[in-house]
Amino acid sequence: MDEALRSELSKQGVFTTTLEDLYNWGRKNSVWPLSFGLACCAIEMIAASMARFDLARFGAEVFRPSPRQADLMIVAGTVTKKMAPQVVRLYNQMPEPKYVIAMGACAISGGPFKQGYNVLKGIDRYIPVDVHIPGCPPRPEALLHAFMTLQAKIDAQALTGALRPRHLVESAPSEFPVPQFGEHDLEPSNNPDVWHPPALAKVE
Amino acid sequence: MIDLEQIKTRVQAAVPAARLETIPNGSPCGPHSLLVDNDHALAVAEFLRDAPELKFDYASNVTGVDWLDSVTRKTVKVKQVVDGVEKDVDQVAEEKRPGYLEAAYHLYSIELKHGPVVLRLRTQDRAAKAHLPSLTPIWRGAEFQEREIFDLYGVIFDGHPDLRRILMWDEYKDFPMRKDYVEPDDYEYEPTAHGSVLEKAKQHQAREASR
Repeated sequence: MDEALRSELSKQGVFTTTLEDLYNWGRKNSVWPLSFGLACCAIEMIAASMARFDLARFGAEVFRPSPRQADLMIVAGTVTKKMAPQVVRLYNQMPEPKYVIAMGACAISGGPFKQGYNVLKGIDRYIPVDVHIPGCPPRPEALLHAFMTLQAKIDAQALTGALRPRHLVESAPSEFPVPQFGEHDLEPSNNPDVWHPPALAKVE
Repeated sequence: MIDLEQIKTRVQAAVPAARLETIPNGSPCGPHSLLVDNDHALAVAEFLRDAPELKFDYASNVTGVDWLDSVTRKTVKVKQVVDGVEKDVDQVAEEKRPGYLEAAYHLYSIELKHGPVVLRLRTQDRAAKAHLPSLTPIWRGAEFQEREIFDLYGVIFDGHPDLRRILMWDEYKDFPMRKDYVEPDDYEYEPTAHGSVLEKAKQHQAREASR
């Protein structure tokens, strides 16, 4: 729509918008997180939802106890290899459109347990992550910043065209393979459709 | 507080067949420990718990230790006749000790306010005979800790009521706290590798390149 016409119409008391803007505006202001925490980051997540930091300002205060009612998974804390299949399964059970925030050093990379045998080196090995927050644990402000980043991302999503989000692409997977408990490690140890080792400068 | 030698004498009097050994600890506070043979461990533990002057009613901590096969070299001076002259010659004696696994129980008496006494049990080897008697019938609180030792060290506690893995999943085959544990090779992405991690990342890259 022509900007000048829109401006003229708003002066006359007529509000115009696009369906896409309206749809995304509604979505980004009612992102309901799934109510689960894995470790100490969950305490910061709880703090962020309470009165002092007040996640309700972003429309995200309704922590849902069921994945069927949730739009956002906040992976708050250490994902052990024993817990990883359950996290992926919970993610599979959420309806589209769904988003993931990986909160804290453990959830994004394994954190201080990275060289251990029992902790997953980042949940992005199995499910697509939209926003990563570093910190150990991140302060509630960092989680709020992640929310605002996610809101900006949702707001910018086009509903048509090649860049439309995954839930509008029919061929895109709606389920992600749940890793199995193997004899030495999870099998597979990552999902190659989701995660590629980032290219690094060669280690000399 | 009674010292360990006195406890040992009392235990020996109560369970005459038990083979006991004090293992000294070199540190200044010296929490020496008492090694008990596996056949009499249960009887010794029961005596420690029930004897009126000992009353070790609380096992605060149970943990495992892995001792690999080791070779200790000792230099011994031996007299030898070299070119008709008797001389002292250094000779290296090798002493081989097969590896074993240990479980250490830290015992306190809540009633008499003394402790700790460290009780050790030793397996015969690190593979087929990694069996120990479970002391869960004596101290109920040892149940989960013995399961943890089973999970991470692979010690099988005979007589344990519910011996399953507790931290890792049931399908898991390794014993990650053993010193010869080989961890899964997931060093694909090490952004700030240094030290031993750098070595492992290099090995991973070499393996990837050769594939």
